[in-house]
Amino acid sequence: MPRINTALELEETRSGILAGRDPRKTRIAVCAGASCEASANGTVICAFQEETKKRGLDVEIEIVATGCHGFCERGPQVVVYPEGVCYQRVCPGDVPEIFGETVLNKRIVRRLVYSDSEGEAVHLEEIPFYRKQQSLLLKNNRLIDPGKIEDYLAQGGYGALARALTEMRPEEVLEEIKLSKLRGRGGGGFPAGAKWETARRAPGEIKYVIVNGHEGEPGAFMDRALFMGNPHGVLEGLIIGGYAVGAREGFIYTRHDSPRLKATVERALAQAEEYGFLGKNILNSGFDFQAALHLDVGIFVSGESSALMKSIEGKTPEPRSKYVRTSVSGVWERPSCLNNVETWANVPLIIGKGAAWYNTIGTEGSKGTKLVSLSGNIANAGVVEVPLGTTLREIVYGLGGGAPGGRKIKAVHFGGPMGGSLPERLLDTPLDFDLLDGLGAPMGAGGLLIMDEEVCMVGMTRYFLEFLSGESCGKCVPCREGIRQMLKVLRAIEAGEGKEGDIATLEKLAWVTGKAALCALGKSAAAPLLSTLRYFREEYEAGIDKGKRPL
Amino acid sequence: MIDERIRGIIDRHRGRPEAAVQVLMEIQGLNRWLPREVLTEVSEKLGVPLSDIRHLATFYKTFSLSPPGRHEVHVCNGSSCRVRGAKGILDEVQNRLGIRSGETTADGRFTLEEGNCLGCCSLGPELIIDGEHFGRITPEQVDGLLKKYD
Repeated sequence: MPRINTALELEETRSGILAGRDPRKTRIAVCAGASCEASANGTVICAFQEETKKRGLDVEIEIVATGCHGFCERGPQVVVYPEGVCYQRVCPGDVPEIFGETVLNKRIVRRLVYSDSEGEAVHLEEIPFYRKQQSLLLKNNRLIDPGKIEDYLAQGGYGALARALTEMRPEEVLEEIKLSKLRGRGGGGFPAGAKWETARRAPGEIKYVIVNGHEGEPGAFMDRALFMGNPHGVLEGLIIGGYAVGAREGFIYTRHDSPRLKATVERALAQAEEYGFLGKNILNSGFDFQAALHLDVGIFVSGESSALMKSIEGKTPEPRSKYVRTSVSGVWERPSCLNNVETWANVPLIIGKGAAWYNTIGTEGSKGTKLVSLSGNIANAGVVEVPLGTTLREIVYGLGGGAPGGRKIKAVHFGGPMGGSLPERLLDTPLDFDLLDGLGAPMGAGGLLIMDEEVCMVGMTRYFLEFLSGESCGKCVPCREGIRQMLKVLRAIEAGEGKEGDIATLEKLAWVTGKAALCALGKSAAAPLLSTLRYFREEYEAGIDKGKRPL
Repeated sequence: MIDERIRGIIDRHRGRPEAAVQVLMEIQGLNRWLPREVLTEVSEKLGVPLSDIRHLATFYKTFSLSPPGRHEVHVCNGSSCRVRGAKGILDEVQNRLGIRSGETTADGRFTLEEGNCLGCCSLGPELIIDGEHFGRITPEQVDGLLKKYD
């Protein structure tokens, strides 16, 4: 494929790809997300390949291992296009029947379609889990082969980059992001435009833009779903960001423990370079940009921005205090603009369709959609995408299907070990950065853990603090010792051996750690504790006054 | 005596101190642990003080400074697996193998770790043996699964 040199050539290439495709061609999309991969989806893909070969149809029928479809609970999922017939929990043994019935004769294999108390749904869009979502970022996951840039181009990919580079000055791109009110999806919810502007204005010839794809939070798996399903979407956002900020180099920082993610990103980088979206004089605009993949060894604190940047330099990921922001002084003390995977993926949408359109989705202070990963005691564990402003109740019951077996939900927990828990009665709260912050359950990256009545909140708090204690880098005393001391008290309460004054001690420790710790990990370490003390205080009191276990 | 393949990894990054983590990661991936003489070699060839190399090697849980068992058993300790009963699975594995998390059986057959979340939360509670996932398992299934590995 020749290099694409202008916006016009990009359009011609896209038309060419579309013209060469028969929309009636059978395309079998097998989900290859993390859960489906762990449920032996590979054997399903092999079975389809063998079946096509056996029948001599390997040209007529395309089999694609796509990114995560989101409905992990019922994986491995297979969608047969163009009709969009959706089969769930597919085993290799089901493949000949799917082939004989659906692929060749357009009949439905009833036993493999979704059904619930309200009936069955044959097509993907009819399944309530999908019907109730607003899929701007994830919809491509089901349509494209993450290994083929042509598939992304066919969906309009790199069109936003062309628009930015050929029709807009960097300041205008920045202004558009500011107008969109896009907020960082990684945890803090910091306005992306403000961060970009700081990096743009910071003195220095060399600047960097960085994708934070660390995703170390337990129960958070939306970023890898997005990144593995549509790597070019994230990369396009990064290149646009580089242009707006004035950076000619980018880093993609991600986990080492997924060889497939590594392969996916590396291939995407190579393809983007081949097509001329990376390298010198991109789309004849005079803008040069390169991006490199940096693999992380795996510790929670590496996801903290200053620690992550140390790691890129080849040093241990110990955070530093941020009197000076990393957007002013980051990697090798140069201005470094870091956003997470989902934030970057929003950028092409905003530049492509405009900030005004983006502002029609979401709430006053939280615009756009948000990916949420549902886990724990929930019937439909998986990844969903909803407009900000959707109530937690709709997410947990409408999409998640409530707790399995009709059990009662006691609490939901947002934001992993640095987040907070909310009781069931607050589920009517809309998904909104500021509202959830105010309730003590900041959204974090969007990992939502659902807990039923059998979960002890004191025990869960201890679990989160133990996690953080193990992941703390140990550099600053408030975090290292503060967490340890909180754990001592918690373990006593959990064993029914709490004593008068324990709650006050916990609150004091939480206050000091929150004030004095060096980085966000330490500062937010007590968040689960404070939220459970706020909403489930009686469980703590039970372990103190009554000398019995909290639950 | 250092394995030729390990030597190859080190040589590829000779004189590049910033590649230290990368080199340790590659060696860990290949050899499953980092012997002392390998750390010394990495230090000398990359030009990084041994104390810094040891700092890196002990900082990350991913790096192992002792040889692991033939099979690596991970009980996922993510928040979702936990509320879905991971503790019961871990207790059962510990009882069956007679070791605690982080230890290796005396016969060198198994090393047990409490793994971090791998994002397959819908499959919890999860037991992962040598990278193969066993999802939605019960304590009763543990013994049968372990017996498949010798």
